[in-house]
Amino acid sequence: MATDTVTISGLDALEVASQQKVPGRASRVWAATWPKLTALALALGLWQVVVWSGWKPEYALPAPLTVATDLWAYATGGALWDGLLITAQRAAIGFGAAVAVGLVLGLAVARVKVLRAALGSMITALQTMPSIAWFPLAILLFQLSEQAIFFVVVLGAAPSIANGVIHGVDYVPPLLLRAGRNLGARGLNLYRYVIAPAALPAIVAGLKQGWAFAWRSLMAGELLVVIAKSTSIGVQLTYARELSDAPRVISVMIVILVVGLLVDLLFTKADNAIRRRWGLLDRE
Amino acid sequence: MTSTTLVPEGATTAVALSGVTKVYGRGADAVVALDRVSLDVAPGEFVCLVGASGCGKSTLLNLVAGLDAVSGGGIHVAGDARPGLMFQEPALFPWLTVGANVEVPLKLRGLAGAERKTRVAELLDTVHLGDFARRRPHELSGGMRQRVALARTLALDTPVLLMDEPFGALDAMTRDILHDELERLWTARNAAGKPLTVLFVTHNVREAARLADRIVLLSSRPGRVIWQTPVDVARPRRIDSAEVATLAAEVTDRLRAEVGRHGH
Repeated sequence: MATDTVTISGLDALEVASQQKVPGRASRVWAATWPKLTALALALGLWQVVVWSGWKPEYALPAPLTVATDLWAYATGGALWDGLLITAQRAAIGFGAAVAVGLVLGLAVARVKVLRAALGSMITALQTMPSIAWFPLAILLFQLSEQAIFFVVVLGAAPSIANGVIHGVDYVPPLLLRAGRNLGARGLNLYRYVIAPAALPAIVAGLKQGWAFAWRSLMAGELLVVIAKSTSIGVQLTYARELSDAPRVISVMIVILVVGLLVDLLFTKADNAIRRRWGLLDRE
Repeated sequence: MTSTTLVPEGATTAVALSGVTKVYGRGADAVVALDRVSLDVAPGEFVCLVGASGCGKSTLLNLVAGLDAVSGGGIHVAGDARPGLMFQEPALFPWLTVGANVEVPLKLRGLAGAERKTRVAELLDTVHLGDFARRRPHELSGGMRQRVALARTLALDTPVLLMDEPFGALDAMTRDILHDELERLWTARNAAGKPLTVLFVTHNVREAARLADRIVLLSSRPGRVIWQTPVDVARPRRIDSAEVATLAAEVTDRLRAEVGRHGH
């Protein structure tokens, strides 16, 4: 930093964004985690208090420690990982297909006027449709099968992704388009060099929202479309309820929550990385 | 007749505008932005277009850059070169580093990787930003960003540079420095036998007197060439020199007369 300012004259030297010392990694991590840990502890405490109050019998609402013990057994046994594998595969395939459909659809609608008039508001309408409402039709069309789940996951996630693309393309600053065209980027090159990168933040936001919808649709699907031989996470949740195994119900719910959060965290990371590159975050 | 030319008959022109007209809208709502503007710019000439806001200066540059189509008349750029265009905003791509920004036109021109690397380094050195290739635009000051934009435009290797109030958003001190640099760069190009023709739009009369070989006044609504004058002040100039100030005063008087005539 100190060495490369020498050639800069005038006010420029004063204006170059100076990089201030940031606190050490450990203290930053601690600053970010302690509020979360405190909130978690409070939630667990509240839960325990409700259990102690005797509002519901223990077999319906088990104590945190009971659930923790069960969760440990669940995680160290094979069932969790077998189920997670099936569910993760479905999520990856479903979300992957939704991304492909969403990107193509979004780009087509953003580019073609007729398609925008025809489909623009329909995509938004689809987004507001609770995906679980698709299942009766999906089951009629595809019976209790993987396709039924796949169908609803794609329908749930693709509109959000498409909307992200449309939004991103619409809001590319006109000045950057003019600059790009003047620099020789026409047609496909304009997309490659200007529109796609400029739209990326909105696309990532769309992907993030699309993931949330995909994950919810998938869980709804696994609860409704029980395929006997595949013991996915959702099926395990259904079985646990049928066996009145309350600790396991809550354990599975925790797994669902954690998986959703972890993937969401990936998108947040990507979003932050983009914003940092663009200079939209204060701190490096 | 809307304009006269100061270029001698038969001399080659870098940019020739003949009766350029631009109309926005149709019928009763039509707005004439430019009305039969004719202007011949010699290779290596530095022309400043001066006018009140709304006189179609930016429209004119967009037309010359080929980003918009004329409603009437013709524009000819020597050798069908594609002019480089700079704006008041640097319009850098925030997702790319400074070096990668400058590299974009080189990539689009199909230059090989090794050559691009050399060219980027050269261009950034030209604008004194050799050490900033790996920085991001947001890490630079306004003046430095505008220099990057200049380097990126120069990467087009174009003989014609169109500048749309490029220093309008900068503080006076930074602007002075950039005037010096632009003049130095332009003089060097002309001296090296690679003439750089500049069409520079500004509403700052002093800036025009500081930089131009010729000042062209445009009227507003519709934009017409109303007056022009050669600038016979030796280079390098200073914006605070007496000659520049005298000329600026003269141009300002002309501009006031024009604005007064339209009752603004």
